[in-house]
Amino acid sequence: MLVDGKPNNEQQTTNNYITMKLYLKIWRQKDASSPGKIVDYTLDGVEGDMSFLEMLDILNEELVSKGEEPVEFDHDCREGICGTCSLQINGEPHGPDRLVTTCQLHMRKFNDGDTIVIEPFKAKAFPVIKDLIVDRSAFERIQQAGGYISVNTSGNTVDANAIPINKHDADEAMDAATCIGCGACVAACKNASAMLFTSAKVSQFALLPQGRIEAVERVQNMVRQMDLEGFGNCTNTGACEVECPKGISLTNIARMNREYLSASLKG
Amino acid sequence: MGILDSKIPSGPLADKWTKHKNDIDLVNPANKRNIDVIVVGTGLAGGAAAATLAELGYNVKTFCYQDSPRRAHSIAAQGGINAAKNYQGDGDSNYRLFYDTIKGGDYRSREANVYRLAEVSGNIIDQCVAQGVPFAREYGGMLDNRSFGGVLVSRTFYAKGQTGQQLLLGAYAAMNRQINRGKIQSYTRHEMMDLVLVDGKARGIIARNLVTGEIERHSGHAVVLATGGYGNVFFLSTNAMGSNVMAAWRAHRKGAFFANPCFTQIHPTCIPVSGDHQSKLTLMSESLRNDGRIWVPKKMEDAVAIREGKLKPTQLAEEDRDYYLERRYPAFGNLVPRDVASRAAKERCDAGFGVNKTGEAVYLDFASAIKRYGKEKALTSGIKDPDEATIIKLGEEVIEAKYGNLFQMYEKIVDQNPYKTPMMIYPAVHYTMGGLWVDYNLQTTIPGCYSAGEANFSDHGANRLGASALMQGLADGYFVLPYTIGDYLSDDIRTGKIPTDSEAFDEAEKQVRERMEKLMSGTGIHSVDYYHKKLGKIMWNKCGMARNSKGLEEAIKEIAELRKDFWENVKIPGTIDSKNQELEKAGRVADFLELGELFAKDALHRNESCGGHFREEYQTEEGEALRDDKNFKYVAAWEYKGEPKDAELHKEDLVYENIELKTRSYK
Repeated sequence: MLVDGKPNNEQQTTNNYITMKLYLKIWRQKDASSPGKIVDYTLDGVEGDMSFLEMLDILNEELVSKGEEPVEFDHDCREGICGTCSLQINGEPHGPDRLVTTCQLHMRKFNDGDTIVIEPFKAKAFPVIKDLIVDRSAFERIQQAGGYISVNTSGNTVDANAIPINKHDADEAMDAATCIGCGACVAACKNASAMLFTSAKVSQFALLPQGRIEAVERVQNMVRQMDLEGFGNCTNTGACEVECPKGISLTNIARMNREYLSASLKG
Repeated sequence: MGILDSKIPSGPLADKWTKHKNDIDLVNPANKRNIDVIVVGTGLAGGAAAATLAELGYNVKTFCYQDSPRRAHSIAAQGGINAAKNYQGDGDSNYRLFYDTIKGGDYRSREANVYRLAEVSGNIIDQCVAQGVPFAREYGGMLDNRSFGGVLVSRTFYAKGQTGQQLLLGAYAAMNRQINRGKIQSYTRHEMMDLVLVDGKARGIIARNLVTGEIERHSGHAVVLATGGYGNVFFLSTNAMGSNVMAAWRAHRKGAFFANPCFTQIHPTCIPVSGDHQSKLTLMSESLRNDGRIWVPKKMEDAVAIREGKLKPTQLAEEDRDYYLERRYPAFGNLVPRDVASRAAKERCDAGFGVNKTGEAVYLDFASAIKRYGKEKALTSGIKDPDEATIIKLGEEVIEAKYGNLFQMYEKIVDQNPYKTPMMIYPAVHYTMGGLWVDYNLQTTIPGCYSAGEANFSDHGANRLGASALMQGLADGYFVLPYTIGDYLSDDIRTGKIPTDSEAFDEAEKQVRERMEKLMSGTGIHSVDYYHKKLGKIMWNKCGMARNSKGLEEAIKEIAELRKDFWENVKIPGTIDSKNQELEKAGRVADFLELGELFAKDALHRNESCGGHFREEYQTEEGEALRDDKNFKYVAAWEYKGEPKDAELHKEDLVYENIELKTRSYK
């Protein structure tokens, strides 16, 4: 990673070869309708090279061998791109490291004897399914409301190079499109607002000529759905940008507001 | 033979697909509204197929185990997607893409399928751009390309190191458009537990709602399986944790032949294993081989010193480094195909030149690329006589723009800065060329059951070239399957809705329940992962990058024993009728324990080396793969007969009318 154009050399010290004993406080909840509570676990022999989820794997292995139900959490690709993993770790979505998802967070960021509080993402629009798993389908409904370009998949479109696109615009669209839809922005926000997510999706299309055609309807429909899902309002605190594992910029929110306003005027 | 009719259309190669599209039956738009199609898996192939089928007018139901279709593992594909656009003017053509793919696959794929793939490749790029996929562009606004292994042209389109993500979001957007119209019903957190056959035809699935544990019946006039590959049979692979073979294997047990299971791709550039706790492996895109040079120390004492931490790679002089790919394969150098690169890494590490503490790693070094780019950048920025530090700074910026996210990922996992010290890499299981046998129409040996993308065996032969998986997934999904399936469905316009209260559904559901109850009844102490890891060790050691008959025979026996142990003893807490991740894993591992055995059987029967299948008994004096076209120029399609070891072999002879079979050489 480059910081101000320079490779970032901080954090080269590691706890790789020391094993750690950790005190875990984990949210356990049987299902959506049952009440949940924090349960304490102690875990020994944790190595710095383990990812956070591999640490939980080991805990679960121990629980299963004792005949207890393991802690359920969402995860899949374990390389930071599918956006499935979540977790509020010591109060921060995806934990203390920056620009990573929980699956890429490594235990070398913690110290022997640490207490770690592990909770699900908390938001009204993300109800708990079980333990640390939440239902993020509200995000899908926002995308279904307009997060697409209405083009048939017949392949009979114009040649891909028929419309040149300014590299700067294409790169900015790409930056917005790297959003993995994990929900950390919502979990980081005191209002549980989904503005960063929605604006990233709106921006990707707004920046491309192909997306301009339906820009007015898109932003209106997506914002309407976002409001219907019960997400809160944006008060520009910027916590979402800080916690976003993909570094999605607040600029996208400004762009969406502009799109929304101009859509309302056309409207 | 008889049963294996590949249904390849007649006529000249380049006309086959057009002719076929003109010849097959169509379903009129009004009738499509009365036909239901089930699509299992929502990656590039499944997502694209679902969107297109719905757009054509069929009623589509999609199923994925993830909480959203867009999280399917296609999302993790990094490097790019091939298309014979010839935007670079370097002489590319459909024929060249076709030829490279057949050759790259070591002459074990079907000519007609591969040509079709090359033919529609250009459309994929047009389509994706129209959907708003933000591919990388040049300053003039045109699309940029990079080159990939095994070819001599630049035909790979990319979106940073996240091409799969962008293409999948494109396919998902197309799905969303249809979900919004009510033409696709998307079932997430649902797993297909079995295929339902009515009068010999695929007519539905039994699915489990992974949130509630409920068992559901879903019917359709056809079922499309686009459920990806089975690399997780090795436990450690670059696949997602949930990637599994269940849908394909359930279909296999119901009569779909499984083709070439031993053709598995071990990708050369992955982050090495760090310890026993490891749950998965992370790929470093092949695109890095465009600029990274692969090496190990030339002298054994240097390798030992590096392993013990007494020497740093950057301290090693140029003449003490062995750039073994450049040495062995001067024509392709670091861009040889994946199977060749992987075996060469294994050869060096087995010989004792490996570099990390486990001895199983080689270097991927960007120092010379950083200097080269830095000098160029200094020139174009008008900096005269730049000093070394300036050159490196500028070069690092160029590298960051190209591969920034990959370098960041590496740094987070390994805790070393790859701009300053070479990356360490080692081969890992990545992709499976084998899969459900399908004909030219992508139909399996079960009428009405289709398979697309990595889940089928069709296009990559014994080795897949980089940036071709995305191409095949989208080609199958957008441009092939939605048309070929019409030929089959045209017979169903008067069938009406398939009822789910039939005996066939009753029986299938009963079997699903009994299987889960049996899994839950284990009396031992070990978890599902314990068995999965054991299976993975057997597979890696005996069915991995190099195989021999003795090891394979042992593997067959050991897997059968492990399977027996698993079914008697596996310990699963919780209940069947609630969310239960251990039970989900158990169902998947149970099928891997059968597939693994068939895998070994297939590898044992194929007495040759080709592509990713390297049998130690069959190699040249220089250690290159020795193919046997006289005896093994066929697709091995296995029919289920109870125990995997009893599977019956059916051969589909591969006919090469347009390409002359040659020994693959990248020298």
